[in-house]
Amino acid sequence: MSARDDVLARVRAAQSGAVVEVPRDYRTAGSVDPEVLAERLTDYRAVVHRCAEREVPELLRRLLTGRVVVPEGFPAHWLVSLTAEVLRDPLSPRELDAVDGVVTTCAVAVCETGTIVLDAGPGMGRRVLSLVPDRHVVVVLPGDVVGSVPEALARLEATRPLTWISGPSATSDIELQRVEGVHGPRALEVVLVSA
Amino acid sequence: MTTFLGMPHGTGNLAGGPFPREARKALADDQLRANLGRATATIRAKRAVAVGELPDWEELRAGGAALKDATLARLDEHLLRLEAAVTAAGGVVHWARDAEEANAVVTRLVQAAGADEVVKVKSMVTQEIGLNEALAAAGIAAWETDLAELIVQLGHDKPSHILVPAIHKNRSEIRDIFVREIPSAPRDLIDDPALLAALARAHLREKFLSARVAVSGANFAVAETGTLCVVESEGNGRMCLTLPEVLITVMGIEKLVPTWQDLEVFLQTLPRSSTGERMNPYTSMWTGVTPGDGPQEFHLVLLDNGRTATLADPDGRAALRCIRCSACLNVCPVYERTGGHAYGSVYPGPIGAVLSPQLTGVEDNRTLPFASTLCGACYDVCPVAIDIPTMLVHLRQQVPPPAAERLAMTAIASVMRSPRRYRAALWLGRFLPRRLPPPLSRWTRSRALPQAPRQSFRAWWVRR
Repeated sequence: MSARDDVLARVRAAQSGAVVEVPRDYRTAGSVDPEVLAERLTDYRAVVHRCAEREVPELLRRLLTGRVVVPEGFPAHWLVSLTAEVLRDPLSPRELDAVDGVVTTCAVAVCETGTIVLDAGPGMGRRVLSLVPDRHVVVVLPGDVVGSVPEALARLEATRPLTWISGPSATSDIELQRVEGVHGPRALEVVLVSA
Repeated sequence: MTTFLGMPHGTGNLAGGPFPREARKALADDQLRANLGRATATIRAKRAVAVGELPDWEELRAGGAALKDATLARLDEHLLRLEAAVTAAGGVVHWARDAEEANAVVTRLVQAAGADEVVKVKSMVTQEIGLNEALAAAGIAAWETDLAELIVQLGHDKPSHILVPAIHKNRSEIRDIFVREIPSAPRDLIDDPALLAALARAHLREKFLSARVAVSGANFAVAETGTLCVVESEGNGRMCLTLPEVLITVMGIEKLVPTWQDLEVFLQTLPRSSTGERMNPYTSMWTGVTPGDGPQEFHLVLLDNGRTATLADPDGRAALRCIRCSACLNVCPVYERTGGHAYGSVYPGPIGAVLSPQLTGVEDNRTLPFASTLCGACYDVCPVAIDIPTMLVHLRQQVPPPAAERLAMTAIASVMRSPRRYRAALWLGRFLPRRLPPPLSRWTRSRALPQAPRQSFRAWWVRR
């Protein structure tokens, strides 16, 4: 018998076969509050900038210096004031390791947990683009923001490559003390565009 | 235990020496106790705050427990659905009965990729099956990339905690390991956690950029979509899951959730229970292979290794609900004092005391069901409501009692059956020493017998 058939036979002999009701009495909706989102992002050492949409180009000019990766589909009108050198995919991991930063949009932002989700869509690009550079600037539009984790999942498409980001890279491995900055970007700058 | 259909048990790093002996060794280590005491107190406080923030914590807990039970009750259907979804998304699914089979599958896949080294995401299941040792035997180097796993690997040590495998080491011990083992470490490195983390970053960066094969575990797999999920903090997971050409994920067959929506429970309860954060810094989710993004070859190894034997016991199967958050370790008065090594299994603490003996069979892990005071703190914090104390008692009943205990129980039963013998025993009890002679002295060595009153209740009743 193959390992597959054997394991499945064991599972069938062992499981109860019962139908178990799952109580979903927990909250599924949360409140959308940019104040809470900003506070929770800051709590995990992300740097939050709040501005109106027309101020985005000027803010990005200040936040992005040196050589910067811009994924396919990132709104061109936000880049008009940029003084940094713009690099486009395809870029090798080693090339990415030598750039100063990356700027992306996001698929969803979650207020309750201070989380930004990227789904590799337009403006976000391949996962590696927002991983290897040491500085990640992400622009969050009012329409991206949801209140709770269940609402975020409902908006996302499971089969896309997803990265949930809550603050910069961190570790608690030494005496369970949180230290920011290990392998992912050590600086996470979030531009919250006001409604 | 073997009464359960003779389901084969698991192999690998799941059992060690007798717990009382190992615990005594650990208790003699003052440094270890100080490190553990400080670390567990920190994380307990953080967890309490993070959990207290959610008004619906108990509802999430009930939902999580039922979700896992529902999955386990019809596990075959969910496994087949997962297999079909992963395959449809361009992944390859492999099955393994035990540790040896899983190690052989992974070794073969690494060799087929023409690689002689792999980068690894922190994973309990690959520790369980002893994958690094198996790969080393085949001439393949496995690089642990999680900071704590790196500390353990460089220190030629063993993990002692599910979440923070190097919890037993303090910052200056870690500093010493790094200076000794990492060639680029400055001799005058100080024991600042931020500097230690920065050194690990620099040390591993080249490995990430050049690695062709990565090996990971999985926190969750969604049956309906074939999506795998890894929850982490440092970004080493993202590196491994994104940069190499080939990704091999090893996963216990119990890590499934049926639907995408089901993640809404565990993505709330897991980070708050484990690191005491609202959300961990990074969570990666991928489904098979995405052209142009990440590894272009994906293998999923589904592992039994004693899980079906555990599933077969109606009173023990709830241990398979475990999402490896480690909250139970951090609140356990026994774990806090002995640390994880004393348990002998890669799964230490309260969950290890119920899971390890079930995976290996109680015969091969006789002392772990007793490594608890049954205080119940583990049950209170468990995000999937595993009633660990009751399960421990259930497992204790399967361990044959020691001869002295059997003798004592037979004697007591005989005394209790006859009023005359009972009266005589009461009278004799007044002369009982506070410490008993061997072999009963093993009981009274640390627990003095209560002193009998000068007059028994029955004697007083008669004279009244």
